[in-house]
Amino acid sequence: MYLTDDEKDMLAGKYGEGVALAMKIQVAVGECFDAKRMVEISKAHVALSNQEADLWFVEKLLKAGAYCRISPTVNPGFHLEFCRDNLSISSKDAELMERTRNAYREIGATLTFSCTPYLEANVPRFGEIISYSETSATAYVNSVIGARTNRESVQSSLCAAITGRVPEYGYLLAENRRGTVLVDVRADIKDDFDYQLLGYCAKKIGFGVPVFTGLPLNPSQEALINLGAQLNTIGAYAIYHIVGVTPEAQTIEMAFGGKEPARTVVITNDDLAEVQKSISHPEGKIDFAMFGCPHFTINQVREIARMVQGKKLAAEMWILTSSLTKELADRMGLTGTIESAGGHILDNTCIDQPCWRHLEGKVGVTDSPKCAYYTKRRGLEFIIRDLRSCVDATLKGEVS
Amino acid sequence: MKERSFTFTCHKISEGKAEGRVLISKDDILFYLCNPETGQIIEEGHALEGQSVAGKILVFPAGKGSSSVQVDGLYQLLTRNNAPKAMIIERPDTILVTSAIIMEIPLVDRVEKEFYQRVEDGDYLCVDADKGIITITKQEKIL
Repeated sequence: MYLTDDEKDMLAGKYGEGVALAMKIQVAVGECFDAKRMVEISKAHVALSNQEADLWFVEKLLKAGAYCRISPTVNPGFHLEFCRDNLSISSKDAELMERTRNAYREIGATLTFSCTPYLEANVPRFGEIISYSETSATAYVNSVIGARTNRESVQSSLCAAITGRVPEYGYLLAENRRGTVLVDVRADIKDDFDYQLLGYCAKKIGFGVPVFTGLPLNPSQEALINLGAQLNTIGAYAIYHIVGVTPEAQTIEMAFGGKEPARTVVITNDDLAEVQKSISHPEGKIDFAMFGCPHFTINQVREIARMVQGKKLAAEMWILTSSLTKELADRMGLTGTIESAGGHILDNTCIDQPCWRHLEGKVGVTDSPKCAYYTKRRGLEFIIRDLRSCVDATLKGEVS
Repeated sequence: MKERSFTFTCHKISEGKAEGRVLISKDDILFYLCNPETGQIIEEGHALEGQSVAGKILVFPAGKGSSSVQVDGLYQLLTRNNAPKAMIIERPDTILVTSAIIMEIPLVDRVEKEFYQRVEDGDYLCVDADKGIITITKQEKIL
């Protein structure tokens, strides 16, 4: 592939071994996908995972002297201080989190610890070339905003942050962003939760770029977050289009670039009901409620606060969000309302982390199929319902 | 018993050369859903559920899963000597590609169609990603 003199210098080690390693990996990725050249990025988001491989790679780059040219925002691990004081974490868990946090700080990341960077702190514009990992964020910035990123891995987006470049291939190119599968939604889409179930129909939708028709023309921000997050839980979709809603699909012709769809998939109420039944634990007593996969917005926090105001929860409730949203919730009195009812709102924390050991083997309720999917490995079981039903269940201690 | 060899061309993604017994999956693979201690695939309903990828030349259509878990799955296998020795795929994605490059596991794609008709579980394979060549060695009974 073609490299500029500056890029050749990076590869040759003129900027140090760390930059050379990052560029070497990116050239290999570029050559795999027949990229012709590198292009500059102006934003990056790294899905820090606080897993051993994550730390190993950041420390490897650090030892080789790497530093980010484009400071990336990062995903959450867990809130170390809160969890050390209030939850059961091992010293090994604490050490991993501490080292991960330090490594990302040292390499020049912006420590947002949030999986919804596109709402605050790192919002790209239409057409901007960026490098985002966190697969639900990738879907949002491509689909809803119209920025351009591939479905990056944690490591490829970190390399991009270091070199300030990405190989030009895939979803950076207009021809690959066009729709290929028409998804004709005949189901009744009533609320944000229905977008979760629709996203979880990925198996029926199949491989390609989906173009949804038949959806309401004024979806909430939360609905669009949900759709992208669930599409990328059991499937792999860097981008989706909703005709009349998302910017690259103002008309159906525009969405498909004037071509015919490769196939059409019809989604009915039965499909949504079947998805919900297949992924949800059977109804009954619950021990806890978990919200915020992806991180909850202030609107969702407010909705919960309104429902629990002046009441007592019968089960544990955790609402995970960004520290900026937490700060807003504090200021608006929502945190106080939720805590008075016995719930918790916790920032900088992800559901797929070792801080949730006390919930192992227990049954919870959540509005997010993604939350249920990723925590199966940790022995958590979930009944999956819409947000209002989840909150009702937490007040009663059961889903009936 | 007589040995017969067949050679096919492929396209390098992650450099290196490795040889070993082949294991073929018709399903996509997420290495996060492997038991790191044994290399066994633990994903319910997977075509290779219960079989070990350790030390194998793994043939599968594509990787799957979100941006962080694939690499950690491979890392956990690799640090216990239970990673596959090389991987042969049909559809590359950025996440599996960077995972293989970083973990220095040879990875190739764009293999000649005839390879897929010829290869069977248990065949001995040599994957030379740098030269873009895969060799199948079969044990055949002399009639």
